[in-house]
This record gives sequence, C-alpha cells and structure tokens, in this order.
Amino acid sequence: MLTIDRATHDAIVAHARRDHPDEACGVVAGPIGSDVPARLIPMLNAAMSPTFYEFDSGDLLRLYREMDDNDEEPVVIYHSHTSTEAYPSRTDVNLAGEPGAHYVLVSTRDGAHESGPVDFRSYRIVDGEVTEEEVRVVDGYDHGEVTQQKAEH
Amino acid sequence: MAIEVRIPTILRTYTDGERVVEGSGSTVTEVIDQLENDHAGIKERLIENGEARRFVNIYVNDEDIRFTGNLGTPVADGDTVVILPAVAGGSAGV
Repeated sequence: MLTIDRATHDAIVAHARRDHPDEACGVVAGPIGSDVPARLIPMLNAAMSPTFYEFDSGDLLRLYREMDDNDEEPVVIYHSHTSTEAYPSRTDVNLAGEPGAHYVLVSTRDGAHESGPVDFRSYRIVDGEVTEEEVRVVDGYDHGEVTQQKAEH
Repeated sequence: MAIEVRIPTILRTYTDGERVVEGSGSTVTEVIDQLENDHAGIKERLIENGEARRFVNIYVNDEDIRFTGNLGTPVADGDTVVILPAVAGGSAGV
C-alpha cells in the first residue's frame, strides 16, 4: 500500500495537468527505509513528449547525489499518461529500475487535465512483474521526523 | 588509489549488496571488464552490442560518458564512476 499526504498527492496531479499533453514526471523522496514519501521533486521531462518521459541525465545524477547526501531514497517515482489509462505500459515495465519504489501513474486523458477526477494509481514493478496496490491519501504523516519537518514549513 | 564505482540498487544483487565497489582500468570499458571479473553477470546489464545500454547512464567524475567518449572515456586512479539506470518510460512502445 502507498500512503501519501494530500498535499503531495495534489501537487502530483497539478504537475500532470500543467504539463499535459506532455507526460509529467518526478520523484517523491523519503528517509531511507521509512516508506514515507516526504519531499516532492518534480522533474523535467527531457523527452518533452506526450508518449515518453525521461529524466535528463545530468538532473538524474544531481537528484541521486542530493538524496544520498540527505539519506533519502526515491519512495515514489511518478509520471503521467496523457491519452491512455494510468497503468504501466510495456515500456514502463521494461525500464523500471527501482524495485523498492512505488510507481505512481496518473492519467489526464479525456479532459481530466482541465477538470474532473484524475486517475491516481500505484504499482510495484519488480523483475518485470506489475502489482497494483492500494493508495491511501492522508492529511499528514502521524509521527516522527517527517511531521516535524512539515510543521516547520 | 583505485577507482570508486557506485552501484545502483537494482545491480547490487551482483555486488552482494555493496553500493560502492573498487574498480580498475584506464577506460570505462576496462573498468566494466574488471567489474565483470569481480561480479559476474553485471556487464550484460551495462553493455549491449558493444555499446553502453541506452537506458543506463554512466558518469565519470559527474560527466555523462555520452559526452566524453562513451566507453572509451579515460579513467584514472581516484576517479569516481557512477552507474544509474535511466528513470524513463511512458505510454509509447519502445
């Protein structure tokens, strides 16, 4: 199951709508081992395409260095599909390189980029196998460091 | 001094979970061949038909080797080689 706070969830949806009809992509980093998606990092889609996304290689290196320095890992890797359902494509499965991450897909098809509900679904992708999981949207994370960090903002 | 090679999560099955391993060689190709000697199977995940795989990024001292001579990029003691799988996908078939 993916547990994600409302503000981060909404920011991912907003990012997908903003970049429509191109695919939007990004990461939510969190403390290593916490499974808490705490820090949203929208990324540039270097492919700038309605059917493909790819982080720029320089951005990717900087992102991973920053997470390393912060003792973080990519808890969520998200992207949008803009004319198909929020389900991993064969490309998504073939290229999934983070077996520990929740892969979030949102779909802005059928006018969802302008109004109405946006499909927001989460998957594990391990060794080519896709498993959908429940998404629980919460007001905030209950305890520990993450709540404190958020409170300071 | 040796060459520091940083291994991404998905390839740590080849390195007994180690995130950093020691490498040697004077080019990226040689470093990868040495990696293969120490961690059999890893080369195939990095190289296809004699070229670095399209969706694997390799950096020498923060420079993507695509811009510095690909697998022929020189390396020397004290250098850092970082391997990162591309974060990519999308609705199109590739």
